[in-house]
Amino acid sequence: MRESSPQLAGLRKRIARLTANGGFESRRAEGWLASGYARFDNAIGGGLAIGRTHEFFAADALDATNAAAFAALLALRTPGKAPLIWLRTGDAGKRTGHIYAPGIAELGGDPDRLLLVEAADPRVLLACANDAIRCAGSAAVIVESWGKFPLLDLTAGRRLALGARDAGTTLLMLRLNAVPAPSVAETRWNVAAAPSRELEANAPGAPAFDLELLRWRGGPAGTRWRLDWNHDQNCFGDAALSGALLPLPARRAMASHGAAAA
Amino acid sequence: MRLASIDAAALAVGLRAGMPLADARAQIGELAVVPHDPVLDQDWLDRLAQGCARYTPLVALDAPDGLILDIAGTEHLLGGEAGLVADVEMRLARLGMTLRHALGPTADAARALARYQARPAPDEASAIRRLPVAALELEPEATTALVRAGLKTIGDLAGRPMANLAARFGADAAMALRRILGDAPSPLDPRAAPPPVVAERRFAEPLGSTAHAVKVLSELAVEAIEDLAGRGKGGRHFRATFFRSDGLARSIAIETGHPTRDTGLVMRLFAERMDSLADPLDPGFGFDMIRLAVPRLEALGASQLKLEGGTVKDAAIDELADRLATRLGRGRVRRLRPADTHIPEQAQLELPAADAPPPLAWEKPEAGEPPTRPFHLFDPPQPIEVIAEVPDGPPHQFRWRRQAHAIRRYEGPERIAAEWWRRRDNGGLTRDYYRVEDAQGRRFWLFRHGLYDEKPDPRWYIHGVFA
Repeated sequence: MRESSPQLAGLRKRIARLTANGGFESRRAEGWLASGYARFDNAIGGGLAIGRTHEFFAADALDATNAAAFAALLALRTPGKAPLIWLRTGDAGKRTGHIYAPGIAELGGDPDRLLLVEAADPRVLLACANDAIRCAGSAAVIVESWGKFPLLDLTAGRRLALGARDAGTTLLMLRLNAVPAPSVAETRWNVAAAPSRELEANAPGAPAFDLELLRWRGGPAGTRWRLDWNHDQNCFGDAALSGALLPLPARRAMASHGAAAA
Repeated sequence: MRLASIDAAALAVGLRAGMPLADARAQIGELAVVPHDPVLDQDWLDRLAQGCARYTPLVALDAPDGLILDIAGTEHLLGGEAGLVADVEMRLARLGMTLRHALGPTADAARALARYQARPAPDEASAIRRLPVAALELEPEATTALVRAGLKTIGDLAGRPMANLAARFGADAAMALRRILGDAPSPLDPRAAPPPVVAERRFAEPLGSTAHAVKVLSELAVEAIEDLAGRGKGGRHFRATFFRSDGLARSIAIETGHPTRDTGLVMRLFAERMDSLADPLDPGFGFDMIRLAVPRLEALGASQLKLEGGTVKDAAIDELADRLATRLGRGRVRRLRPADTHIPEQAQLELPAADAPPPLAWEKPEAGEPPTRPFHLFDPPQPIEVIAEVPDGPPHQFRWRRQAHAIRRYEGPERIAAEWWRRRDNGGLTRDYYRVEDAQGRRFWLFRHGLYDEKPDPRWYIHGVFA
């Protein structure tokens, strides 16, 4: 017993440290994945913290592309050549479509930064995610899953989050066709497609996103934004400001829009 | 049904290969028959050839039932030709194989001796001269003609002018004769070219445990990598072969995206590969030899990557890609590269990260214009039901995955013609692409496959989804 007591003491200390702040040290993030839109970034303390886990839920199965694009653009708008590691299961190409590099290039992203990993099933996906987040040097790791992900329980989520924190990598969990559930994520978003600003001759305009902050560890949640993507400036912007005319919200009340963002 | 092949006991009671099965059954009541499977035979021969890599790197298949080993310069390792033959006989006997073998000055001579030698001879040269003319493996009529002419052995033929033989039976017959006599080269077509860097270890007592074998492999990796460092090269491909004492061998290979001389990395990838094997490495009665070969080398400078801050991270990502590719299969870790075509689904190539070429420029977006290509692409495109104006109006409404979408905004058509210059029939249907947005603000990429003057009732498809 004698030789195990220092270990026990060490464990107790570690537990005390872990429980002090909901399981995570209160050290500041090393940086942020910012949207480039100052009001949005300031409202969530600078952007999406690097070295943490962030979850993106698609509001509907049809919003999968917008959720994926929002996560990918946040990572790809960072300067440099750091790769974006994107893990998905083999059936994702059939469900939501193949990731299409010419489309990413037209959004101003650099498709050469993408490293696509195709896992056979969710179990392998989780194992690969654990490896990928422990590898420093990526712009972000996107883990795309479809439907319920029973393997990703609180323990697995925490393991991922701790791995990401230790290596300083950002984990973007893309949860498509899933219902938001408690997890250790730093922020949790609900992403939906928003009507774009109309161009000449009634043509669809730049990509637009309806965002709802479902949870934020550092402050109040519940704020909603409507952002659009400006590929010339390589940043997000307020859809209401950049557009001459804000289209009527199609599906949900946007009463808190603007005021809540301030 | 006929007998494809028979064993010694069957030969002794008068059966012959090629005999009808019914006749054979009539002669021998209790005949044991197994269906003939040439693919399995080939597979078995291949495994035997792999096992024979312990004697020499140059092993050629002589289908369906022969192996040719080029033992020049390697026979002394087993105590000369006699020692080598005894070793081969011992191992194949353990596998229950019946062996006919011969040694010869050239591959064709050895092969003819092994297959056709009927009478013993004092030395190789006279043994070759005493071979029957059937050893030339000419057409049956040609062989019969030679025998009728009184030319029964290779020696009989060798004494006559070569030109007469060529005139009567063709240049091939003369060539076959010259090859057997050693006047013409008989090149070997080895199963695999010998790798440039090899490290191997033999054991007097076979290793019974895989863990021990892996430890030996890591020592071999250190040796091989010292060799690589001396040449200023790094390995891209490493292959470990575990030779079992019963004569069979098992190969495990790993690949890296960049040349490497990192022993730790190589061993981690081997560990990854062994963990993901569907049928684990089986020592059987023990491994008596382990070989690590590096078949693919690339130049790698002596500089240490770790001196520069930036490249350490790149190296970490490359290592991750290698590790995942080893675990999942090389095709499952991919990078995207552009392809020079207008056809959207062919405009990007998903290549294995290990052999993706250096990045090429992608098409840059036009300033102020929304993207014209989707974020997600369906390949193949998915059929939809569309209400649109005929012949070339925009779509008004479409139904996809049992859900109706009313179109509020659209842009198009963007007309993409089939690549008639690549098609044999110079045809193909034109596609009219529309970028549309539905009432909920979702943006899709739809197209009509064919113009109305190309096809009476063109179908509509959804090809992608925009962000």
